[in-house]
Amino acid sequence: MSSVAEASPTLRKTVLNPVHRQMGAKMVDFGGWDMPVEYPATGGVLAEHLAVRTGVGIFDVSHMGDIRFTGPQALDAVQHISMNDAARLVPGQAHYSAMLYPEATFVDDIIVHKIADEHYLFVINAGTREKDAGWVEQNVGGFRCKAENVSDDYTQIAIQGPQAQDLLQKLTDAGLSQIKNYWFTFGTVCGLKNTMIARTGYTGEDGFEIYIPADPATSARVWQELLAAGKEFGAIPCGLGARNTLRLEAKMALYGHEISEKINVVEAGLDRWCKLEKPEFIGKPALERIKAQGVKRTLVGLEMIERGIARDGYPIVDDRGSQIGCVTSGSVAPFLKKNIALAYVPPEKAEIGSVLNVEIRGQKVKAKVVPTPFYKRPKR
Amino acid sequence: MNYPSSLKYTKDDEWLKIEGDTGVVGITDYAQNALGDIVFVELPKVGAEITAGKPFGTVESVKAVSELFAPANGTVTAINEELANAPEKVNQDPYGAWMIKIKLKDTGEAGKLMSSADYEKYASERG
Repeated sequence: MSSVAEASPTLRKTVLNPVHRQMGAKMVDFGGWDMPVEYPATGGVLAEHLAVRTGVGIFDVSHMGDIRFTGPQALDAVQHISMNDAARLVPGQAHYSAMLYPEATFVDDIIVHKIADEHYLFVINAGTREKDAGWVEQNVGGFRCKAENVSDDYTQIAIQGPQAQDLLQKLTDAGLSQIKNYWFTFGTVCGLKNTMIARTGYTGEDGFEIYIPADPATSARVWQELLAAGKEFGAIPCGLGARNTLRLEAKMALYGHEISEKINVVEAGLDRWCKLEKPEFIGKPALERIKAQGVKRTLVGLEMIERGIARDGYPIVDDRGSQIGCVTSGSVAPFLKKNIALAYVPPEKAEIGSVLNVEIRGQKVKAKVVPTPFYKRPKR
Repeated sequence: MNYPSSLKYTKDDEWLKIEGDTGVVGITDYAQNALGDIVFVELPKVGAEITAGKPFGTVESVKAVSELFAPANGTVTAINEELANAPEKVNQDPYGAWMIKIKLKDTGEAGKLMSSADYEKYASERG
């Protein structure tokens, strides 16, 4: 127990913070960051969610962190510290991966971008920035590679939705239709040369993330230009509320919920991004052992059958009321118009169609195991 | 924000309309605005006894679960069934979208609740 009163930690802000406030955004503390949860004046969380599924929405995601690896052994360092096989990437290509502890649990999930030979960029979570940077520093010291935390260099803006390409194409000379999912390029965006434009996102929808210099005036100008260019498509600013419901419908993991330092890759169902044919990476021996032994819990998608919304932390109980699992994320799914959740349950209860009880305020409420992702975007 | 002067208000952001010995209960404009898009309302059964200051139900926005607190003692005589399928009505019309009707145990009790002017001041102080 801490005996001395700690100074209240100051909330960190992205450089667009004053812009969000000016737009009347409702702000929340998200992992130590003062972030917009929704913009009631232009939408609110439900409208923002639907804008991304049917049109386009714009998110400030500058709280996300970035670690740059450069040098002759950059690839070796990346291979050692992340679970996917970065040797398969070519310049301009990215993939989903994770940094693991030796127990094959999560330091963080990441996107690895290969910028050039001997040059990689990790995009990491906001709440784990310092931990990740420390982990990288501790573990890649033996490589001829420089690892820099460049998180504060960029304002990262996500343009997401079926009309994201139409919107962004108005503001860039890069041929966006040529960029495949999880690839990226560099081009001029809003007059800013050499801007990284990646076809990535955290919404389950088509879209882009752009990385521009983190100076307040430039960031505010680009934000406003995106909104102005998006007017004809009904583009609205979107907050973390919609980001969360969008990623949940698409079954994308959130650190601290579906993945954490206590949950391993196999339990989380993310082992298909783990390349065991790689000679070595942190977590590999544990992972091989876990794969051989099996797991005691596995992540499932739930759809509520009876009235009620399962929320993070609610117990999954058997018919006698004993706890057998736990909800990691749960919400109304605004596009699907269902109440959905992700939960850890024993593998024998994980079969599609199994009926489980979520304990909501002391009551058993029925839910069934359904295939995931809950939402998959239509092929265009 | 709008706080009709014909209603009484609690510090938990419920309103109470007194019609004879019946009290009609809902949440205030401040509350619906603070919650954001409301997606779920859970109400007690007709006949349930409710106690002033104690929870009688739940209202959920996309992000948050909030309890509903009874403004007065009484017995539930009706619930607004419409809210089960149209919880958004609470956002659209917080004073039209009543939640429960109660037979008040003591109509004088309601006099202790806040007037609209007092509630408006209380709400504005919280930003």
